[in-house]
Amino acid sequence: MAKGLNKFARSQLVVPLLALFLLIVYNLIRDIGFFSISIITNNDGDTVLSGNLISIINGASELAILAIGMTLVTASSRGQDISVGAAAAIAGSIFVNVLRGNQITITTILFAFLASCIVAILFGVFNGTLVAAFKIQPMIATLILFSAGRSIAYWINGGATPTVSSPLLEAIGGFIPGIPIPTPILIMILFGVLIWLVLKFTNLGLYTQAVGINEKSARLNGINAAWIKLLSFMILGVCVAIAGCVNVCRIGLINHESLLIDIEMDAILAVAIGGNSLGGGKFSLAGSVIGAFIIQALTITLYAMKVPSTAVKAYKAIVIIAIVVISSPIVKEYALKLRDKLFKKPAKITENSPESFSDGV
Amino acid sequence: MQNDIVLSMRKICKAFPGVRALQNVDFTLRNGEIHALMGENGAGKSTLIKVLTGVFPKDSGQIHIAGINREITVKSPQEAQNLGISTVYQEITLCPNLTVAENIFIGRGNYRFVNWRSMEKRTTEILAKLNIPARASQQLATCSLAVQQMVAIARAVDMDCKVLILDEPTSSLDEHEVAKLFSLMRELKSRGVGIIFITHFLEQVYEVCDRITVLRNGEFVGEYEIKDLPRVQLISKMLGKELDDISALQNRKASQAGSDATPVYEAFGLSSAEGTKAFDFKIYKGEVNGFTGLLGSGRSESVRTIFGADKVTGGRVRVSGKNVKIRKPKDAMKHGIGYLPEDRKQDGIIEDLSVRENIILALQVMKGFFRPFSRTEAEAFADKYIKLLGIKTASSDTPVRQLSGGNQQKAILARWLLTNPKYLILDEPTRGIDVGTKVEIQKLVLKLAEDGVSVTFISSEIEEMLRTCSRLIVMRDRNIVGELRDEDMTQAKIMHTIAGEAAQNG
Repeated sequence: MAKGLNKFARSQLVVPLLALFLLIVYNLIRDIGFFSISIITNNDGDTVLSGNLISIINGASELAILAIGMTLVTASSRGQDISVGAAAAIAGSIFVNVLRGNQITITTILFAFLASCIVAILFGVFNGTLVAAFKIQPMIATLILFSAGRSIAYWINGGATPTVSSPLLEAIGGFIPGIPIPTPILIMILFGVLIWLVLKFTNLGLYTQAVGINEKSARLNGINAAWIKLLSFMILGVCVAIAGCVNVCRIGLINHESLLIDIEMDAILAVAIGGNSLGGGKFSLAGSVIGAFIIQALTITLYAMKVPSTAVKAYKAIVIIAIVVISSPIVKEYALKLRDKLFKKPAKITENSPESFSDGV
Repeated sequence: MQNDIVLSMRKICKAFPGVRALQNVDFTLRNGEIHALMGENGAGKSTLIKVLTGVFPKDSGQIHIAGINREITVKSPQEAQNLGISTVYQEITLCPNLTVAENIFIGRGNYRFVNWRSMEKRTTEILAKLNIPARASQQLATCSLAVQQMVAIARAVDMDCKVLILDEPTSSLDEHEVAKLFSLMRELKSRGVGIIFITHFLEQVYEVCDRITVLRNGEFVGEYEIKDLPRVQLISKMLGKELDDISALQNRKASQAGSDATPVYEAFGLSSAEGTKAFDFKIYKGEVNGFTGLLGSGRSESVRTIFGADKVTGGRVRVSGKNVKIRKPKDAMKHGIGYLPEDRKQDGIIEDLSVRENIILALQVMKGFFRPFSRTEAEAFADKYIKLLGIKTASSDTPVRQLSGGNQQKAILARWLLTNPKYLILDEPTRGIDVGTKVEIQKLVLKLAEDGVSVTFISSEIEEMLRTCSRLIVMRDRNIVGELRDEDMTQAKIMHTIAGEAAQNG
């Protein structure tokens, strides 16, 4: 038990979990009912769950999905993809345009999603090829699509912001009749489980980490490093397509200028807050997902505190600096030392009998 | 405390989670002596030095230093420096883009007013005093490695050091440079500085040291006058067993030259993009052969080509008589070839992954992307080989980066043994590791050969190759220039072949 606790104390999830915990405690002190969940009947007459907790998790869905993909890209290629927002705008545009050309049924929605998925994966292949084959720094390689992506979306939409509406799409962006939990949360959970299964039943995790830590030696052990990097960008492509389509369903239209704007920075931030090194190598998807929740919880908290929306980013920055500094190795080391000092006092007494001391450790 | 003792460490203990790194270790350093600290990898040398220099806090024990009448506790390297304990590490820790004078004075005191002229003057004095062939205004990067090492020492000495720790200072120096370094060490010794010298080179210990302290498994074995401890005894103290094992190796090497059998591996006109000229090569079942030649002669490049580590540009390959294509490492692995690379850090270990993951990696890759080992399977594999090879690690979960060099090497060896190879290529498996592990690895090679594995063994130490190999391929300028076997395998003959004097009998 003590050993397990010790292991947990060193785990990278400590700081993000603690931050999330503090955020929750702070909100509870501010307003004891902040996280209360009520059952209401919405405009469509469905009985659904409502409350700040639900909005936080619901609002973080796209970010959490993107953060998962971003974690894999970071781990394998030791860099970040800054084009996810722009690529999501493209994926969303494809989704809307396929739907507008057809009658909206479950089949056409699936077909439209598949189309946007393929396009997003192709853009992932584009980024991945630049990174894996041409050895371009990920941030530079993805800068291309970052700049061009929203313009491409503009062309696809013919310069307009086409709308789509159908009860089916509302079900995806909102609630499925009869199920009180927002659908984006379900999609996020489904995707999380899927990735978890992939990591469990393949060597994706091991290979990705090996490539991220030491590419040369991974190759000498028969791992195709370029392919692993490309694969991580393709998986991120899938994440982008899901996030883009879910967001379109939420709003009911595609606005290439504002769809998931700045989400790439939040996604990278979620990875970092989750205790993952942006220099690649070892990773924790759970950390990144918690990171996404922290960012969203922070945003909602600030809105609840009536902070003007333009000022929200500055407040967010302050909290994030704190989290990132606290989880830095220097502070961690210091905290561990402090803990040893505070809790290992009895050891001092046995100083004269080193044998028993070392046994105790 | 006796008058001539400059440093005394008594009953030092230090434990890390799961490992007792030091147990009741004593160490005494006298004025004006060069004191070797010897032990295998993982014996506790580095830990002792790190305790002394304040990198790690000690768990218990006392440290006394001349001039201070009470027990001292060193909390940081900076404090150690203030107490007169200076360390010069294997990797030079100076700034190559600054001048010699700047390097000697950087980080010492007042920055607001720097008098460069007096600084250079002072540096010139120090350099002259210590016979260091460098100019004060010279950029450090333009000096040879040995001189850079000496500048680092000069910097340490100038800070009034009483105790100078030299941690593997000679490992990147050539013979001539080592001689220069030694004369500097003797110079300092005559000035009364106590020097702690850590090295893997036995000859150097006997050339320059006065006294030896031996550690084993974190315990103090003893302190000896150099004249009382001949080499063989030193080795046996370090290993903790009598050492006729090494000589016993001599006669065990299998002389398998069954030329009528099918070779396990055969190459014709093989060449790679890294500049190996086309070469032919074959190895039989249970044979140990070696590639020898000077550094840069192409021996490593040749074996990399065999494994497909570099881009293969031409040639045919047969494995057990069947034509196969080996274009990348995975092809070679599929045909039962394993490769332990020359550069352990760059090409071998995956430092942040656990010992377990490092060990199972190659077998896992061979098994396939969609068929990961379960945790239990992986643990069983790792534990088996940790035990078999005696890898010293807190657990199989420990990141391999935390292991000592020799143990990292064993982990990579375990990785390839686990794949059950038919043909194993070992490029410098014994580089930078201690004598005991070296012998263990050599024994292992011979054992593998007895079990029918073919091994290619490369080492810079010709003696090691003579002990283990039954056939030597000699290379010069990326060409195979000769092949020696049986009675032809002598140091002299190898030298002549490398030099291109004797008749080639390949």
